[in-house]
Formats: sequence, C-alpha cells, structure tokens
Amino acid sequence: MAAPPNASTAGQSDRILTMARAGREAVISEMRNDSKVFVIGEDVGKLGGIFGTAVGVQEEFGTWRAIDTPISETGFIGIACGAAMAGMRPVVELAYVDFFGVCFNQIYNFAAKTHYMSGGQYKMPMTMMIGVGGGYNNAAQHSQTVYGTFAHMPGIKIAVPSNAYDAKGLMHSCIQDDNLTLWMVHKATCGLGWLGAPLKTAMAVVPETDYLIPFGEARVWREGTDVTLVGLGLTVHHCVQAADLLAVDGVSAEVIDLRTLVPLDRETIFNSVSKTGRLVVVDEDYLSFGVTGEIIASISERDPRVWKSPPRRVAYPDVPVPFSRPLENFCMPDAHKVVAAVKSIMAPP
Amino acid sequence: MAPNQSVQRWMYERMLESRYFDEAIFAAYFEGKVPVFNMAKGPVPGEMHQSFGQEPCAVGVVAQLGPDDVVGAAHRPHHVAIARGVNLERMAAEVFGKKTGLSGGRGGHMHLYDNSVNFFCSGIIAEGLGPAAGMALARKVQNLPGIAVSYIGEAAANQGAFHEVMNMASLWKLPFICVIEDNKYGVSVPKRVSTAVERSPNRGAAYGCFGEYVEGNDPDKIYAAAATAIAHARAGEGPTILELETERLHGHFIGDPAGYRPEAERSAQQDPIPGYRRRLLDAGALNETSAAALEAAVKQRVAAAIHFARDSAYPEPAEALDRLYA
Repeated sequence: MAAPPNASTAGQSDRILTMARAGREAVISEMRNDSKVFVIGEDVGKLGGIFGTAVGVQEEFGTWRAIDTPISETGFIGIACGAAMAGMRPVVELAYVDFFGVCFNQIYNFAAKTHYMSGGQYKMPMTMMIGVGGGYNNAAQHSQTVYGTFAHMPGIKIAVPSNAYDAKGLMHSCIQDDNLTLWMVHKATCGLGWLGAPLKTAMAVVPETDYLIPFGEARVWREGTDVTLVGLGLTVHHCVQAADLLAVDGVSAEVIDLRTLVPLDRETIFNSVSKTGRLVVVDEDYLSFGVTGEIIASISERDPRVWKSPPRRVAYPDVPVPFSRPLENFCMPDAHKVVAAVKSIMAPP
Repeated sequence: MAPNQSVQRWMYERMLESRYFDEAIFAAYFEGKVPVFNMAKGPVPGEMHQSFGQEPCAVGVVAQLGPDDVVGAAHRPHHVAIARGVNLERMAAEVFGKKTGLSGGRGGHMHLYDNSVNFFCSGIIAEGLGPAAGMALARKVQNLPGIAVSYIGEAAANQGAFHEVMNMASLWKLPFICVIEDNKYGVSVPKRVSTAVERSPNRGAAYGCFGEYVEGNDPDKIYAAAATAIAHARAGEGPTILELETERLHGHFIGDPAGYRPEAERSAQQDPIPGYRRRLLDAGALNETSAAALEAAVKQRVAAAIHFARDSAYPEPAEALDRLYA
C-alpha cells in the first residue's frame, strides 16, 4: 500500500480534505448511522472542538449529542465510561493530550481495565479524540505526544493517523470498535485555522463514502531497499521528506507509517527490516522507555540476524518541551535529523 | 416513607446474608495465614475489606430499586452486591479466584461485576462515581427508565471526582444518587481530621442538589430517606447526596487491628443487626420460629455459595491473557 493520493496526484473530481475535516466527517456519519453515538467534552458545542472535529455537530444533533462539559476531565470521562458501559458510544474530546495528567486514573484504571476485570461483562465502546505534539512554541504543558505512556497500558487501542484519508477511516474504526480507542492527531498535520497552512502531505483525497481502516495494519508509504524508516503521525512526514533527500544521495529508504500504535503491526516492520537490514525509528515522544525502543526490541527478539547495522532512534530528548523557538527546534525530530541518523549507519562507499 | 413488614423482612434477610458471607470469608481468609500473616497466602488471598456493621446502608436503598436501575459499589462491596442480588455462588467464587467467578477470577473482591443485575464496582476511591453518573446520563438522554446509585465512603467525598461529578449530575439533572457511607474513618484517618464539613450533604449547596444525612445506621430510616432521593431522581429533579451514618465494626481490611481508634469509641459501637431483629420481633414481622427458619435458610445459602467456590476449579493460568479486548 503506497502513500495516500494527495493534491499532486488527485483527479479533478477528487475531494482533498484536511485531517480535521476528514475526522469530523466520520464522526458525523457515525452519529447519523447510530443514535447511540454522541460527542462529549470541553468546547464541543458552538466551537466544535478545539481541533475542529466536532464542528456543526451540536447544530445538527442538539445539545444532548454534543455535550459541552465543564472543565472536569475526570468527571466527564468517567461519565462517558458509564454511558459506554450502558451501551452508548461516546466520542470524548480530551483536547490536548497533556491534560491526561488530571484524568489518567479514569482512563487507564477504569476505562482500559473494566472489560478485563469484569470478565467481559462490560464493554467500553468509547473513543477519545486527542490532539498531540509540539513545534508551535506552546511549551511543556501543551506540546507532548506521550504516545508511549498510553501504549504502555493494556486495554487501549491507539490510532495515530498521519493523513486525512487515514484520519477518516481510523475514526470510523475507532467509533465502531467495542473497546476504548484513542484517535491521536498531531496538531501540525490536522489543518487548524490557528496553525497556519496545513501540511500538504497530510491532506489527502478523501472519499465521501464511509470506509474502515483496520487496527494493526501499517502502511508502506514508499518502498526502498537500503534502510527502513518508521514513523507515526507527524514523523511519517519527516520520514518521507528524509527519503526524498536520501534518494538524491543514492540511498533507497522504505517508509512505514504505523497508523495504529496499538495493536502494533510488528510484521510489516519486521518484513521491511529483513529486506533492508537497517532501521531508523522516528518518534516525537520522549526517547527513553518508549515507542522507539519497543519497536527495535521486538525486531531483535524475533531475529537479531537481520541487522546489517545498529538500529537508530530519532526521538524527543528526555527533557520537557521548552518554549523558546531555538530550544524547541533543537529538540524536535525533523527530516534532517533522520537523514543524519541514516547516514550514520550506512556503510561508507 | 416507612418500609412495610415484607420489605423489613427482606432487608433483615439481606443484611444477614451479607453478615454470614463476611463471617465465612473471614474464617476462610485466615486459612494459610497463620502463624505468619501474609495477605498473599491461603484460599482467599489479597486485601479484604468487609462490610461488618455497614449492612443497613445497602438494604435501605437497594430495597427500592428495580431491574432498570444500576448500582455501583466501591472497594467494600459485599453488602451492596448481596442487597442488589448479585449471584452469590459466582461472587464467592470470584473472591476465591476461581474460574466460575463473576469475572473468571480476573477481578477479585474489590472488582465485582454482574451485568445481569446492573451491578459494578470500582476499587479506587470515588472512581465509580463518574461511571455511575454516566449510566444515569445514558438513561436520561435516551429516555430510558432507571436511575443510578453510586456508593462511596465519607472520605471519597474529598476526591476531586466527587466535586466534578456532582456538579455535572446536578447541572444536567441526572437520575442519580450518591450514597455516602459515613463509617467515620478513611482507613486510619477520622473524618474530623480529613474533612472541613461535618456532613457532606451540606456540600449539596455547592452543586444545587439535594442532600440528606441519616443518623443511626437504621435500615428503616435509611429506607425513608432513600425513598425521597429516589423519587427526586425518577421525577427528573436531579441528584441527591445521601450520607448515611454507619459503623465499620472491623478494621479497614482484615489484618488491620484498628489500633488508631480510641477504645471508648470502639466499645460504643453498635452492631445494627441484633437491634433490627428485635424490632421485627416486637412488631410481629417475625416470630422466633420464622426468624430461626429464615436465619437457617440464609446460613445454608451462604454455606452453599462458599462450598461452590471451594469446589470450583482455578482458571487455566493462560486465561490471564484473555478478555483484554471485546
């Protein structure tokens, strides 16, 4: 499966959407199809969600299906859990992932564990829409991705779309899933009115019909033979850009977009590394104890003979996200850091 | 509203069932834990919070609930689960960690779930409040019958979740009741040391909801107060904070000698069950013969449940990996 069609390959009749618009389209479609689906969270009413994924929902469906809440994350996530256990399908807006700090108990001790602890008696068909990521000088409490923190907890499925086509299909899959699902979208990719022009490669041709993108299936954006670049969300775009730069130097990079972090498509990664023998994992989450280490470990556990060179990680250094532009840029992964990592493991000509 | 004699007999029976269950679990708990007490040993391992003394809080409220209603309990759930009619054999088996348990041994005594009677638990303080309110929300927004009742302890009213959930429950007029069992202690810390207001129903003023405090650990008084709260909830008039004075006759968990409680306070504690038995005898709701027959029947039912639990097989170890996802 190659990169999703975007502006450069689109036909005249194709719709090109931002990720926010695409995700919102799935939410609205699910709400039209199933009266048990509703949206709840801060600013989901008139504002339509801080990331625009609920724009127009309250207008179409009324206040009880787009419930504006007080700033009480523990409370309204708990309430959404109960509605889910009672058979509804809440779509919860957490806004910034950083806010998990005030409500993580309700997410990982309750929502993620109730199906297991009840021996399957209670399901938790709940989706959380979450904005992640930095690069816009919003400092340490509004810029994290913390993918690894959530992925570490059993019982949570995690979608991290990198583009509008996947954003819609994964949102459908999240809402239709009978488990706690997170739809984590990077602010720099989603096309927000307050973050400048949307990232071109994140916009994509989006069919008007509903479609599902299954959990646990990574996408190979670009095939290559010398090195495997693995990214998720925004870092997929860093990988694609790096692959372009590397191609100029005659290095053929394969780019894998994880699309869902949990379940993780270890098979696709392993197959690619079996072919290339080299791996750079690119993650905007903190370097240590996270996604990058997990991916590398799972390859090594399976067959350490695949390595032609030591694997490399390009991730966020283990410090809080600083405010000042040069400080933050120093820390953020980007295509040039990916290129440097690849060059460090390619044998000299 | 006062309970009729049939309800009183039901409440007495369910209090006894809880008491006998706790007594049987208490006895089983010490198997394998003497002479060295180790929580992890014996047929009933793990932390064990029992309901000795708090039985009236469960029966007085739950007696008036129907099948559409939902009940959420906390870390000390036995009396509430039994009042709600959770399958006693499967509940006992869960406490013993057996395959036939409510959750196949995945939950244990703090995490009892029985979807067939709309009952669930949560082991973390005040964590079940939001989910119970959410079940109330689901009923309200879908125009379905039923209310939700969430049990917490008096110390849980100091959790942020209490404030957040009561605000939203009142704002949205949810069919919801927060039952606070005031057993006067959060583990070792007395309420007067932890809590700025003597009675949590007074906090209702902060949320614009109903609040009532019931003294005496008396099933009939609890029943009457709960009737009003339930009527408010069913009528769409919003939630109630219903705080019930009660007694924790034992420590926080088995193995906690509760040495932090003054001796005078402990010796003044009253077991609510004998007094209630006398009341029913005096009123003619029971006579000695019918009381003895009822007690024998309950004892037999509890013994059968414990027997079922002991006789049941443990789950296959690899079942630990099942049921993560639906």
